Amino acid sequence: MRGPIQEVGWRSLRVVEALGALGAFALQVGGATFRPPLRVGHFVTEIYKLGVLSLVVICVCGLAVGMVLSLQGYNTLVRFGAEESLGAVVGLSLVRELGPVLTALLATGRAGSATAAEIGTMVATEQLDGLRMMSIDPIDLVVAPKALAMIVVMPLLSALFIVTGLAGGYLVGVELMGVDGGNYATSLQSSVDFYDDILGSLVKAVVFGMLVGLIATHRGYTCVPTSAGVSAATTSTVVVGSVSVLVSDYFITALWGV
Amino acid sequence: MTAAAHVAFSNVRMGFGAREVFRSVSCRFPAGRLSVILGGSGSGKSTMLRLIGGLLQPLEGAVTVDGTDVTALPERRLYDVRRKLGMMFQGGALLDSLTVFDNLALPLREHSSLGEPEIADLVHRRLGAVGLSDVDDLLPGQLSGGMVKRVAVARAIMMEPVILLCDEPFSGLDPISARRIERLLVGINRDLGITVVLVSHAIASTLRIADHVLILLPDGIVEGSPADLKDHPDPRVAAFLGEEPPDEAGGPVADVEMPPAAGTRW
Repeated sequence: MRGPIQEVGWRSLRVVEALGALGAFALQVGGATFRPPLRVGHFVTEIYKLGVLSLVVICVCGLAVGMVLSLQGYNTLVRFGAEESLGAVVGLSLVRELGPVLTALLATGRAGSATAAEIGTMVATEQLDGLRMMSIDPIDLVVAPKALAMIVVMPLLSALFIVTGLAGGYLVGVELMGVDGGNYATSLQSSVDFYDDILGSLVKAVVFGMLVGLIATHRGYTCVPTSAGVSAATTSTVVVGSVSVLVSDYFITALWGV
Repeated sequence: MTAAAHVAFSNVRMGFGAREVFRSVSCRFPAGRLSVILGGSGSGKSTMLRLIGGLLQPLEGAVTVDGTDVTALPERRLYDVRRKLGMMFQGGALLDSLTVFDNLALPLREHSSLGEPEIADLVHRRLGAVGLSDVDDLLPGQLSGGMVKRVAVARAIMMEPVILLCDEPFSGLDPISARRIERLLVGINRDLGITVVLVSHAIASTLRIADHVLILLPDGIVEGSPADLKDHPDPRVAAFLGEEPPDEAGGPVADVEMPPAAGTRW
């Protein structure tokens, strides 16, 4: 039986150990990514599974978020007679924060959990051991294409989320609330800066893609080879992935200034 | 003349957490022979196969595969040793997202410079050898248990290994399918000269095909040819080979006193 201080120390050590394991795993994945043979076919398949199959959910959510953001923004701005700035409010909110963050959270829930479950099931059914016995590195064949695909699709999905969000904002603000369409577009164009906003948004999306890709593949790869283990890996991917996205968002925002 | 050992265990101790599976096991699996590992559930039979493949590391001792101690090798070096091994897992371990054809073609695509026509030819020859010639485009989930095992054997010998490891190749099969797998393994051993080490609970099949039998007992191992072991003085050996179970295994079912019902009925 551990005392409270021992418990804190023990848990802290476990966190450090887990971070170390994730770091070592990231190095393995990084090495496998750039070591020949380059698995273009596997990579394209993963882009399809993680990216193309997420298009509908990203578009629907982006549209909905843009619409509600426009509605809330309009109701606030109209009190100060500043409804012409609606495009700037919707655009900056989406580009700087909501686009990359919500995309990452959605991708964690849909693609991240699916990745962890797929790899975890391969562990539980000895498929990865089968690869090892054929002298095929599972990190090379299975893990690296999935992790790399997540890094590539995240900024693309984030961009799509932002575009559909802007369209949703336009629909509600211009078509429903009567804001002038020219003002919406002009305020959007003049307030969104390429370096600070667009590039910062892309950096966030890439970092989130790395985090979600690594956490999902690592949780699946190291899961206990039982159905309960696969389930736990899937759950922890969503929890740890979401928390990591939100915490890292703060640090990127603070460092980048966006 | 005694055949040279292809696989040897030297004072191997193995456990998982606090549970010790076996301690100080020393044994050898002769080259070119068909060896069978027998033992009770949880006695460490499948663990021995995984130790040979380097998928597990022992707590103590050495496991030598074709002259190389696999217990001290890093993963990258293990891949060189594993090229000499083929392994059939109990559940098949076929990649469920690939078709049967792609499962068999995978090791060739990874480790050879053969073109697709040559690969297709080899895959079809292996599938024909295991009696499956019309399952190319099926996924593993669409196969029966016996077909999965035969595909798994075909994949295991795809790269022409020198040692084939099989984990419970007869489990869950009807007698006809089990006989087919038996003939397949004997053919692989005798015709291709591949050393076969298999784990099985199917005593009848074992006695028919084995050259060398190793029985894992709680306090050590017993090994020899099936004929040698039939005359072994230890009653537990006779129990494994199909005689009456020893007393400590419990009497006939009719003698077992059942606890009273807990008061619930459907």
